[in-house]
Amino acid sequence: MLKLENISWSAPGGFGVLNGLDLEIPDGKLVVITGPNGGGKTTLAKIIAGIYKQDSGKILLNNEDITDKDITERAKMGISFAFQQPVRFKGITVKRLIELASGNRMNDGELCDILSKVGLCAREYINREVDSTLSGGEIKRIEIATVLARQTQITIFDEPEAGIDLWSFSSLIKVFSEMRRNLKGTLIIISHQERILNIADEIAVVADGRIKAKGAADEMMKTLMNSNEISNVCSKQEVML
Amino acid sequence: MEKQTEKLLREISEWDGEFKGAYNIRENGQCAGRVSSKNIKITNKEGKPGLEIHIAPGTVGETVSIPACVTHGGVDDLVYNDFYVGENADVTIVAGCGIHTETGEPARHNGIHRFILGKNSKVKYLEKHIGTGHGTGLKSIDPVTEAELGENSVLEMDTAQIGGVDKTIRNTKARLEAGAKLLIRERILTEKEQTANTEFEVELNGKDSGVDLISRSVARDNSRQGYHSVIIGNAPCTGHSECDAIISENGKVDAAPELHAHDNDAALIHEAAIGKIAGEQILKLRTLGMTEQEAEATIIDGFLS
Repeated sequence: MLKLENISWSAPGGFGVLNGLDLEIPDGKLVVITGPNGGGKTTLAKIIAGIYKQDSGKILLNNEDITDKDITERAKMGISFAFQQPVRFKGITVKRLIELASGNRMNDGELCDILSKVGLCAREYINREVDSTLSGGEIKRIEIATVLARQTQITIFDEPEAGIDLWSFSSLIKVFSEMRRNLKGTLIIISHQERILNIADEIAVVADGRIKAKGAADEMMKTLMNSNEISNVCSKQEVML
Repeated sequence: MEKQTEKLLREISEWDGEFKGAYNIRENGQCAGRVSSKNIKITNKEGKPGLEIHIAPGTVGETVSIPACVTHGGVDDLVYNDFYVGENADVTIVAGCGIHTETGEPARHNGIHRFILGKNSKVKYLEKHIGTGHGTGLKSIDPVTEAELGENSVLEMDTAQIGGVDKTIRNTKARLEAGAKLLIRERILTEKEQTANTEFEVELNGKDSGVDLISRSVARDNSRQGYHSVIIGNAPCTGHSECDAIISENGKVDAAPELHAHDNDAALIHEAAIGKIAGEQILKLRTLGMTEQEAEATIIDGFLS
């Protein structure tokens, strides 16, 4: 169980992005956090991973206070984070990056298992560098493969639909659906996309730096689609570049 | 052969107690072992210290190793090695250099290599330079490479100097005839007060000749590196040079690429990027469980791999 209590965070200019946010995320669920742009979703994800440090409030993981743990410590405790804009590395191959993520040397069969989960053929990718020669869709899948390789208790995806083309997005939905079927930990996905909301167990709406609504996905979807404010956010069936 | 030479050989070449194929081991300016093969003849050079290496036309799949080691201070080794690669040959040349000193005396190796590649020949050239030991004497390696690439020949140079050498001046010149290709991949790491300067001058004289020059460097601490490349297109040709550098602490890098298109159909490109390690790269690796220091080391290892 991940629990956030009264979390506040202000941007460097002093604007309050999160304003006393409370959230409980149960184990073994796919939770989608949605809401309007600028509402604090990505900030919330980064605060969970330790990339941003909250101004006040408390974070508990399995009842342990991790508020003062840094990124590295939280990663070791079982929190993974897939970046919205995956980072590229000159000279580091796909194989090396996935091995760094898993913490072990991996043979071709093991790499094939991980990469096939994100729809990539290991033979074509393991020796390629994670650099600008990879397309937006390819780098996004490799980013997801790195967090899958870690097999941690909590995995956070920050807007996985951002920056990829329509075809790649449709493939990504399949990847997340498959992950949902074989769920071993908790998945937290920050997303605007109805097709991602459709595969959630729970949905939380973040707006104005707080949790505005939260509940089981079936019930929440009805409310979201009937609410003018939220349906604007969720109306797009597909990602647009 | 000294034990120290054996240690250096393991670092700079694939020596595991013996070499596969023809070889010459140079130890403190002297020959410590030489074997020629049926197709690769190694002889002393007339009038100057060094070797002539003749690779017979059509020799395919063979390797020749000519490592040089300096095992103590007070040595200033100068050597001229000429490689004559016969037509249609396809070989690997391993030419590393290791310098070790435990005293305050300087140790230097200056290797001047000349390559004459015959028509349609192909050479893979591997060169690793290292400096070891706790001596305060200046460890320097100053390689000079001159290459003449005949029609449709290919020279692939893979060079690495990853730490330990206090001062280096690298000078590489090449002239390419029609259809010849030159591929250079250079990696240099400097730290502490070390300096490294690398100069390239490539003349593309024949139709459809081409060069692809990629240099990656890391300058740490108070070290300083200079990169200067000159590509001259005298014919319809392609030239690409890329200088990527990471600087950390007070490291400094000066990069000055030059392109000279002297033919209407010369297509020449240069890319250069110098900067610190991107903060996002460190963040990403920290989310995989690494400390900041581990992340930096991993990024640099990958960059120079």
